[in-house]
Amino acid sequence: MAGTALRGRLTWQVAKVAAVAAETASVRTITLDVPDWPGHRAGQHLDIRLTDEDGYVAERSYSIASAPGEPVAITVERLDDGEVSPYLTDELRAGDDLELRGPIGGYFVWEPGDGGPLLLLAGGSGIVPLRSILRHRERTGSTVPVRLLYSSRTLDDVIYRVEFDMAASGVEVVHTLTRHQPPGWAGYARRVDAALLAEVAWPAAGTPLAYVCGPTSFVEAVSQALVQGGYPPQRVKTERFGATGGT
Amino acid sequence: MGPISRGFRRRRQDPAGSAGRVPPGQYVTKDFPVLSAGPTPPTALDRWSFSVGRGGQQKTWSWAEFRALPSQDVTVDIHCVTRWSKLDTAWQGVSVDMLLDLAGHDGPFAMAHCDGGYTTNLPVADLTGGKAWVAYAYDGQPLAPEHGGPARLLVPHLYFWKSAKWVRSLELRDTNEPGFWENYGYHIYGDPWREQRYAGD
Repeated sequence: MAGTALRGRLTWQVAKVAAVAAETASVRTITLDVPDWPGHRAGQHLDIRLTDEDGYVAERSYSIASAPGEPVAITVERLDDGEVSPYLTDELRAGDDLELRGPIGGYFVWEPGDGGPLLLLAGGSGIVPLRSILRHRERTGSTVPVRLLYSSRTLDDVIYRVEFDMAASGVEVVHTLTRHQPPGWAGYARRVDAALLAEVAWPAAGTPLAYVCGPTSFVEAVSQALVQGGYPPQRVKTERFGATGGT
Repeated sequence: MGPISRGFRRRRQDPAGSAGRVPPGQYVTKDFPVLSAGPTPPTALDRWSFSVGRGGQQKTWSWAEFRALPSQDVTVDIHCVTRWSKLDTAWQGVSVDMLLDLAGHDGPFAMAHCDGGYTTNLPVADLTGGKAWVAYAYDGQPLAPEHGGPARLLVPHLYFWKSAKWVRSLELRDTNEPGFWENYGYHIYGDPWREQRYAGD
């Protein structure tokens, strides 16, 4: 396990944007043609580097949205006061060059052999690496049971909604909409807390494996509640998006 | 320099007074983002201790004993490998120089061990000479658990993952073995001014 994630130097290379697809009003999935991609694991991320005409450089990390073996794709949410994300969501188009390196990270990853049942907990765009895990599970024919609890502000903010509506066998998708719910909404309508987890999470006794990704407040609340509910801390893997306004 | 990104314009300006203080690839934030691999492990202060050891010989302080040690107030810039830098952060803690002196142990390398099983490796030369602390207060307040409280390592001249949260011991050793993130592909040393983010940088 440890030590197998990365070998050698990660070099920058120029990828070609193959497609840009709208997921929501502020979220785009960018599919890339990467000439020298070494392959990635579900849950890893990559680094993007932008250079302006004055030589100013901005780098950011983005989770990989596609499964191992699929074309490399990232899903980016526009942060209005950001520098890199508005470029990626609003300006970038098919045929553009995009400098990147990766994959990066060997901890927040899942392989079929890691067991389960799997509990995936996403807040907002924290869904991206979990979607890679879900696709990897399906592509590898894994039958490990999965529950995905996905917290969004409104139904229109749900990323990959159509894909999740047709979830694979053995995958239960549970939505909660924290800010606004459409008429007749039958799902949850509140923030994820211990009580909600008690209803949705796998019982702690069954050696579940949890992946939590989202804003810091979400990850803190959810991971603490899981541990208090009996999940061993080492079975709760977390990844946080700091609210820095910088991505 | 890499290829110019069609249509990309700089939108972010580093704040006044930051010239020469922001390493390459970093941007200044006023927030204090939280990054860690697992849940924040709470440690009750009556069960908390800090140790410095080498080869099975160790010196251990209780929370009360640790807080009774002379402390320093330091104001430093910190740099996270995820690219945020935060300037003029104010900490209170015990210098690692003092802890090593009191323990009577020396380098050449150290492994920091933390609640939750997290580890990180550092050369002792980077922990001594007034460059590193075990900090228990931030901005005049007890260090919050999500930021590593009750106490975290503070090694501001290296990327901030080296400033291990929830630190409980320093183990001195002869060899420089990789810690947690270093095993997952992050740089063995982590100098932000040389952009040592990942292995091989």
